[in-house]
Amino acid sequence: MMLILLLLIPLVGAAVLAFLPGRIRYGLYVSGLTLLAFAVLACVFDYDRTERMQQDVDWSWIPALDIRFHLGVDGISLPLVGLTVLLTFLCFVYLGRHPDKHPRMLTVLLLVLEVGMIGTFLAQDLLLFFVFFEVVLIPMYALIAVWGGPERRHAAYKFILYTLLGSALLLVGLLILGVNAGTFDMVALAAGHGTGLSHTVQVTAFLLIGLGLAVKAPMWPLHTWLPDAHTEAPTVGSVLLAGVLLKMGTYGFVRVALPALPSGAETWAPYLGFLAVIGIIYGSLACLAQTDLKRMIAYSSVGHMGFVLLGIATLTPVGVNAALFGNIAHGLITGLLFFLAGSIKERYGTGSLEGIGAGMLARQPHLAAVLTFACVASLGLPGLAGFWGEMLALVGAYRPGAGLPRETFVTYMVVAALGAVLTAAYFLRLLSRITHGRRVEVAEVADVRPLEWVAWTPLIVLTVLVGLWPKALLDLTDAPVRALMGG
Amino acid sequence: MIQGISYAALSPVLIVALAGLALLLADAFEVPRRVLGTGAVAALAAALVAVFALVPGRPHVTFCVPASLRGAGPLPCSYIVDNFTLTFQGIVLASALVVVLMSLDSLDDVPMGEYLFLVFCAVVGVLTLVAARDLILLVVALETLSLPVFALVALKRYDGRATEAAIKLFLVSVISTAILLFGISLVYGATGTMHVGLIGPVAADLKPVMAAGIVMIVAGFGFKVAAVPFHFWAPDVYQGAPLPVAAFLSVISKAGGFAGLAIVLALGFSSYGHVWGPLIAVLAAVTMTAGNLMALRQTHAIRLLAWSSVAQSGYMLAPLAVGSHHTTQAVAATVAYVAFYAIMNLGAFAVVTGFGPRVLVEDYRGLARVSPWHGAALAFFLLCLAGLPPGIMGLVAKIVVFEGVVTGGVTWLAVVMAINTVIGLYYYLAWAVRLFQPATGSVSLPQGLPFRSAVAVTAAGATVLSVEPQLLLQATLSLG
Repeated sequence: MMLILLLLIPLVGAAVLAFLPGRIRYGLYVSGLTLLAFAVLACVFDYDRTERMQQDVDWSWIPALDIRFHLGVDGISLPLVGLTVLLTFLCFVYLGRHPDKHPRMLTVLLLVLEVGMIGTFLAQDLLLFFVFFEVVLIPMYALIAVWGGPERRHAAYKFILYTLLGSALLLVGLLILGVNAGTFDMVALAAGHGTGLSHTVQVTAFLLIGLGLAVKAPMWPLHTWLPDAHTEAPTVGSVLLAGVLLKMGTYGFVRVALPALPSGAETWAPYLGFLAVIGIIYGSLACLAQTDLKRMIAYSSVGHMGFVLLGIATLTPVGVNAALFGNIAHGLITGLLFFLAGSIKERYGTGSLEGIGAGMLARQPHLAAVLTFACVASLGLPGLAGFWGEMLALVGAYRPGAGLPRETFVTYMVVAALGAVLTAAYFLRLLSRITHGRRVEVAEVADVRPLEWVAWTPLIVLTVLVGLWPKALLDLTDAPVRALMGG
Repeated sequence: MIQGISYAALSPVLIVALAGLALLLADAFEVPRRVLGTGAVAALAAALVAVFALVPGRPHVTFCVPASLRGAGPLPCSYIVDNFTLTFQGIVLASALVVVLMSLDSLDDVPMGEYLFLVFCAVVGVLTLVAARDLILLVVALETLSLPVFALVALKRYDGRATEAAIKLFLVSVISTAILLFGISLVYGATGTMHVGLIGPVAADLKPVMAAGIVMIVAGFGFKVAAVPFHFWAPDVYQGAPLPVAAFLSVISKAGGFAGLAIVLALGFSSYGHVWGPLIAVLAAVTMTAGNLMALRQTHAIRLLAWSSVAQSGYMLAPLAVGSHHTTQAVAATVAYVAFYAIMNLGAFAVVTGFGPRVLVEDYRGLARVSPWHGAALAFFLLCLAGLPPGIMGLVAKIVVFEGVVTGGVTWLAVVMAINTVIGLYYYLAWAVRLFQPATGSVSLPQGLPFRSAVAVTAAGATVLSVEPQLLLQATLSLG
């Protein structure tokens, strides 16, 4: 019932607000309540049996189509749900200081978005998963289209058309999988490990599902919607887009595609790995060429998600654990980076590196310090969250799953490691151009405000904690990953 | 020989037919419009009740070949009331109810009694069509449906465009009937039977004749459902006709066409799936693609809805592309989509009818700010048609169709559909977004009770079905 509550609180909150005059503070309470519900869930969660679906809810919804309202949480879902409720809550905290136009509509959309994101990570029925996967589209579209930057309409259309194409292909793939396996239940499908599915079916289904998820992830060359969407989206939109929405794609790989279609995965994994590595290099090189802060962080996401996809492509427990770890780390760090970018853009009225100018450490020491922290975390400094996901992905690529060409993956590993160096290069370049250097005098701008501290501190603390004790998170995901991978 | 007739099985048809005559007579005695409207709504509701009363104890049959005249084998009946029939009759009567509600406010310059009489005649045609199980009755019912529609389209007598639309519809329809009849005669020549249940395999040298017959029959129904390349009449006719009549064409007339297609293909030609399966697959793919691409270019609201309904026809055709594999499931998927489509499309038409003077999509800018409920309702219907949450009803309808196609193994068509849903989303979303943008001019809002109840009924239906799609699906997917 905890899981129902987790969905019901934001949903009812949104529904009630549709009839009431409300403010951002209302959304803060509702998302705070959701966070509380998650805290209770995290307390009652059985950490000794992380591979089991816990808090099962299994209701009949559309028996005619064999769609069940089946929710469950295990060690893979739990951290992602936590990331979702935390980031949503922090978004409302952040908004408390930044009154925007149409606060009521903004609150409703964010809450509906939260329902879709939580539902995606909890759903244990293929088609229910798909329904939740689709729920996020319209709210995110509206967030970009109404509260976005000057090019918002174009960016919003690009976002929704791209991702809808992905999810339409995903639907076809899911149906091929479900119809041929005779069930839409994700637990049963994962336990079956592709029994009864011919190689051709698996290859076709993995291709379609993979394409659908890869658009969302995003994987090079299907990423082109992302920089536009991020650049134009309002701060909270960027945070949730990078922090949670991208994870829905990689989560789908781990939850659906790998366990249910092992032989299809084996066929496509080298290609997936290849595109992932290109994404890493491409993302880093593109970052070096960017002059806009948000656009640069967006491209860095392409690179980081490349590491996550590479981890998935290894088809080993190590690689998949790395992917899930990278998901969480990227959510925390890039969430923080987009918060920072939003605050900087708001203060300086521009997102271009040129316009911000050098010497921020002297002008706003706190803001610059947090930015430095987020950047070094993102470039993968050991001891912070970003390091482990990338390192483990490389380790996974060194020993890919049986049946995969080892030489190919070792090559991927070398190239990806080069990409990690490039990541360091562009973040250091960013820091040298903004925080360091001769102080440029600009109009008086404020340093970090109290509400911003409140919104950012949890992310900073978690980045350090996850970086220092990676075992805590890995213990959570390892058992379910091994169960999903079949041993 | 005297045949027994089961009047109970015919009751929905009889109620509508008698009510139509009564309305025409009442108009002659200058009964006020409001009374006529109430009577029409009551009659349709009564027919709907009769449909529900027939649910227990189905199937009901009548007009059967007497036992003395037939050999062994299945009972050849011309009129069968089974799950399929009842589902379609329910859809048609409920849709007709909404169309009548839409008409009461918007058609001030039209003689109401005649109008209702013609609508009821056409409804009688559809109700018979969906129960018809022999080719002659199918054609007769199809003509009963078509003839009143010509008059309905031309009802605005002094409007040149309406007259042109009616002539266009008339010509296209007559040609399609001719092709259909030719196809039927070929099939009869090859098989020697008119009952769809008795059509079976034919000798090898007759196979080409049979194939030609099937293709012609598919083409004949293709006109009715506005499938490409038989779709040219749709946008012009929708634009020229009074709006409720356009809604009638896009939902009720189309439902009749799909019912007829399902009856002949799934029941009659089930052993010829290799002939019509690929044909339908190509028709479906071309129809949805052309419809969506043309809809992208439209700035006129009704023309946009017309092209969108062409595209939606493609989705409805798609499950039938499976041919002989899982035909029952495919028909069920088509029926389910028709049912869902009826509600969403009628809803969109209902709102558009109420804002009749707004011609262009651009004119709808800011509607949600002037009239939040109507704006929200229209946005909801458009998202349902696009198949995106919050329009979960439309999403479920899409899942049904995709599942039917995938189950039949026609993966390429599923991929074409996937791409088409993206194209479709663009124009539905562009319209929905305009509703929430700042308004440009002043607007007069429709106030009539019938209009508001038409929107309320469809919106309530769409909302309930978005939460519990099972309510409709259990009826439509239990066919066969």
